[in-house]
Amino acid sequence: MGDVLAIVEQREGKIRGVSSEVVSVAARLAQGLGGAAHAILVGGSGVSAGATEMGRFGAEKILVTEDDALRDYHPQGYAQVVTDAVREGGYGAVVFAATAQGKDLAPRVAALLDVPLASDVTDFRVEDGGIVAVRPIFSGKAFASLTFSASPAMLSIRPNVFQAQESAAGGGVEAFNPEGLDPSAWTVRVGEFQPSGGGSKDVAEASMVVTGGRGMKGPENWGLLEELRDALGEDAALGASRAVIDAGWRPHSEQVGQTGKTVAPKLYFALGISGAIQHLAGMRTSQTIVAVNKDRDAPIFQVADYGIVGDLFEVLPRITEEVRKLKAGD
Amino acid sequence: MKIVVCIKRTPDTETKIRLGGDGVSIDPDGVKFIISPYDEFAIEAGLQLKEASGDGEVILLSMGGDGTQETLRQGLAMGADRAILLKGEAGLDGLVTAKALAAELKEMDASLILFGMKGADMDQQQVGPMTATLLGLPCATAASGFELVGETLTCRRGVEGGAEILEMDLPAVVTITKGKFEPRYASLKGIMAAKRKPLEEKDAQGGESRLIVQDLSYPPERPAGRVVGEGPDAAPELVRLLREEAKAL
Ligand SMILES: Cc1cc2nc3c(=O)[nH]c(=O)nc-3n(C[C@H](O)[C@H](O)[C@H](O)COP(=O)(O)OP(=O)(O)OC[C@H]3O[C@@H](n4cnc5c(N)ncnc54)[C@H](O)[C@@H]3O)c2cc1C
Ligand SMILES: Nc1ncnc2c1ncn2[C@@H]1O[C@H](COP(=O)(O)O)[C@@H](O)[C@H]1O
Repeated sequence: MGDVLAIVEQREGKIRGVSSEVVSVAARLAQGLGGAAHAILVGGSGVSAGATEMGRFGAEKILVTEDDALRDYHPQGYAQVVTDAVREGGYGAVVFAATAQGKDLAPRVAALLDVPLASDVTDFRVEDGGIVAVRPIFSGKAFASLTFSASPAMLSIRPNVFQAQESAAGGGVEAFNPEGLDPSAWTVRVGEFQPSGGGSKDVAEASMVVTGGRGMKGPENWGLLEELRDALGEDAALGASRAVIDAGWRPHSEQVGQTGKTVAPKLYFALGISGAIQHLAGMRTSQTIVAVNKDRDAPIFQVADYGIVGDLFEVLPRITEEVRKLKAGD
Repeated sequence: MKIVVCIKRTPDTETKIRLGGDGVSIDPDGVKFIISPYDEFAIEAGLQLKEASGDGEVILLSMGGDGTQETLRQGLAMGADRAILLKGEAGLDGLVTAKALAAELKEMDASLILFGMKGADMDQQQVGPMTATLLGLPCATAASGFELVGETLTCRRGVEGGAEILEMDLPAVVTITKGKFEPRYASLKGIMAAKRKPLEEKDAQGGESRLIVQDLSYPPERPAGRVVGEGPDAAPELVRLLREEAKAL
């Protein structure tokens, strides 16, 4: 009962970065519970090629289900495979990523297994042989510590909060072929994935986020933000406040906050953002927060680790220049 | 066409949260409650669909304690036709809520069941897909928009780096996020009419919570922030601190 299953995520055959965090958390939980960490990867034929990589983060066994009907995420298909794997393995805990896919999949699996789920967990510990999961409530205005009185314990973890940790345990890949997988019984038809283009990272999974607010004055000024993002490198993405989205300057997918995405990057730039409570809801668990605002009394300065008071049209280009210099020296 | 919208009563997003003396609940004193913002998107989606089809019914369904009647009246004021309240404690274990909602929905025979993407209180994002799974119905989550042609629903859901398109036949479940459906304000006429609309009350059948709250706490204080300086000349010092002190670059 002490074994823990990590749900690995892939898109277009590529394993997503957050999966190394999920497997690392599973390994730490398994250690606390006195069991082993396993991982499961579901995808189309050939997907197993990248699976062994998960062993590096402590998975002693990596189950792989390869089926072309499962190439793209399918809510019913994936839920059935994962549910079968959990039942067969007799796991004591199951760990998902709180990504778009994990937030869709985990509740379905929980309902099929008839066990509760703690979503979007940001901390955990093992106490008296049981898991205590800590998660933000009221958009981070408080935290709840939860225990499970049903097994397996199901949790999804917030991306970027937990460190991926390499481990010696590395195990092999094993095919997992659940019986009775019947795509003709699925009542949802999944269409072709539509990439958003631009190829840049999504704000919810980037480890550095450059967010612009109404202080940016208009969409024509976004080039300044793009330059900082590019200077920071591939792990950086653009975000925006709701005021910006509502004005139609940027797409919905970039909104950070209560009615947008929740992000927890290593580094968050809030540029021309006042720091309304609903914006803080989406970014207050970021590791380091930087604010630039011309108003010294803007509430964003209360959560920012570092601030510059000034006109961002003057300050931002200088920050970009300094970052470029720094990177050039590396 | 019968459309059911599941809504939750949650504290206003502006509200200051104070923990109760028992350490496992919040102090409700002075808290203003609203319809969870995502659920307003769902109500709007239901109303638009009803208006487009020219007939049908939008029914609100909520599990909650006393005070939830007021929340349901607010939804009726937006234009929903009637409401059902399942009286019970909707806590952190979303499966309890899903079971209570599913038990009622099983009897209702709706063509479309709409949810918000998440409750603005616990941010669990689970009750919608759990309910759909219990009912054995097709479900799209976090849809920013959908289209209904005949009996076929096409939903668009934004995910990291793109969008997924899901198609399903009615009856179906959709959870709604910000996007196509900007909630309307209740008109004065709507508010008056809402007082006379039917609101049925029954006991919730969801079972016991199996997610046990050990304690609630305030977030760790962020160490006091620092204004590095004023104007562009502060940029070099900022970047130095980001590298050497915060180790973020
Ligand atoms: C139910 C609900 C949900 C919401 N959800 C969200 C959400 O998900 N995300 C979100 O962000 N908001 C959300 N909001 C809106 C939120 O309350 C704020 O209105 C919004 O965050 C404000 O955006 P802003 O900071 O960009 O704009 P403003 O509040 O207008 O702030 C602009 C800032 O830019 C500064 N500025 C202006 N010019 C310059 C300059 N030249 N140089 C430097 N600084 C400058 C100003 O001093 C000011 O502080 C929600 C609100 C509600 C009621
Ligand atoms: N007590 C409740 N009564 C009715 N609907 C609910 C309740 N709790 C949650 N929901 C619905 O489920 C969605 C997701 O809630 P949650 O899983 O709590 O984030 C909400 O937006 C509502 O549509």
